[in-house]
Amino acid sequence: MCGIVGLYLKSEALSADLGRLTGLMLHEMRGRGPDSAGFAVYGAPEAGSKLVLLAEATVVDWPSIATRLEVAQGAAAEITPIANHAVLRTEGDGQAARDWLIANVPEVTVLSVGRSIELFKGVGDPDAVADRFGLAGRSGTHAIAHTRMATESAVTTAGSHPFSTGADTCLVHNGSLSNHNGLRRRLEASGERFQTENDSEVAAGYLAHRMRGGDTLADAVGAALRDLDGFFTFAIGTAEGFAVVRDPIACKPAVMAETDDWVAMSSEFRAIAKLPGVGHARIWEPRPAEIYSWSRAA
Amino acid sequence: MSVDTLNHSVLDLGAEPVRAVNRTLQAASGGAFTIRNPNGAHALACGLDAPVDITIAGHVGYYCAGMNKHASVTVEGNAGTGLAENIMSGTVRVTGDASQSAGATGHGGLVVIEGDASARCGISMKGVDIVVGGSVGHMSAFMAQSGTLAVLGDAGEALGDSIYEARLYVRGSVAGLGADCVEKGMRAEHVAELQALLTRAGYGDVDAATFRRYGSARQLYHFKVDNVGAY
Repeated sequence: MCGIVGLYLKSEALSADLGRLTGLMLHEMRGRGPDSAGFAVYGAPEAGSKLVLLAEATVVDWPSIATRLEVAQGAAAEITPIANHAVLRTEGDGQAARDWLIANVPEVTVLSVGRSIELFKGVGDPDAVADRFGLAGRSGTHAIAHTRMATESAVTTAGSHPFSTGADTCLVHNGSLSNHNGLRRRLEASGERFQTENDSEVAAGYLAHRMRGGDTLADAVGAALRDLDGFFTFAIGTAEGFAVVRDPIACKPAVMAETDDWVAMSSEFRAIAKLPGVGHARIWEPRPAEIYSWSRAA
Repeated sequence: MSVDTLNHSVLDLGAEPVRAVNRTLQAASGGAFTIRNPNGAHALACGLDAPVDITIAGHVGYYCAGMNKHASVTVEGNAGTGLAENIMSGTVRVTGDASQSAGATGHGGLVVIEGDASARCGISMKGVDIVVGGSVGHMSAFMAQSGTLAVLGDAGEALGDSIYEARLYVRGSVAGLGADCVEKGMRAEHVAELQALLTRAGYGDVDAATFRRYGSARQLYHFKVDNVGAY
């Protein structure tokens, strides 16, 4: 069991409340995943790339990591620590910075890279994780979050959701995949870089790989329905959009709601019950193997 | 708890936890209750064993009205997974949609879902009657043993998979029949049985003759020596 929430704002009126509302939803899903939690918030796109880094096992010297990256990339970088995470902004190429960090700074996990996304996670009470990283005060256009009850890999911060392997793309997962090892090997052979043994990270990598090859979000999710074997309800975020999909058996729960102001999804309705205007929302259960997506680009 | 009128009480889940509300309902021997602010709470109005009349004003979470006996429970909204699971008698009605496994393992009574029910509606039903105003999802009436499932809309994939003796009536299309489930003829007694059920569920104006009937081919009941190699 895990808990998923996603909130996509259709109007800017609520953007200052995005983090607070996502926190209310996450709070309701604590019981489904008390061992760890995480969230990704999409804010206004910045001029350069930003990466969120995690140092789980050791205390690291964040400024020196930024300096080493500056030298390696020949581009200015600036780093802001927050708890055991740090937000690194670089004027260089974000994806290249991710690859360099994975190759050269093994004590650090790269949680996200992009111009909009910031992604934080931690072990323990989901409310405490949300507080530690200031979720309630964050604004933006959309957010996804997760409370985890671990099944496929250990309870670690790096093994917590959301998972992101491509620029501004991330995913939360309730379920378990059965063909993730073979798929991971195939994706690694095509150049994807993974940082955990987690099955959900493979799903995130799969989508990022497809989109890097030119797929739209909806195309990539459609291909995932064919290539991923196992149980899943996914909520997926990109810079422009938000998508939800369930496997054809659909034994992992999901409920969606939409008003003129927002689209929300969660594992259970009680997370959605806290949102403003929910009394007038259209509420439905997403159908098996059907892709639901919203995008600002469309 | 406040009492609006004689024998009609209002319980507010904004002010009381689910356990307190359920204890009040389970202690009642009769009367009517309205539950406000359910906000998707789980296990509401479970384990009732008396002819109480309960209205839940809003959406409920999992396992609402589970194990119901004698009581009449109406949800003015949607219901999550496991609505009226193992219902023994009484009536459970949802004015919106129901999620997976509505009426699962029910032994008796009536479950009415005015909207759609999703996957596995009536799974392992053992005597309950279920009427769905909309459509049902895949694997509905899986391993159904007894009782009646009537669907005014469509049915998803693998309807009635591994069915025993339940009767399934569908007015719309069926995406596919499960193992050992076949279409059967609508004889006069079936039209009469279904018309009575529709009337009981509040759909008396729907013509039972417009439904098609599905049930067990009874080919999976007994061990066949030809299959010995499979074991």
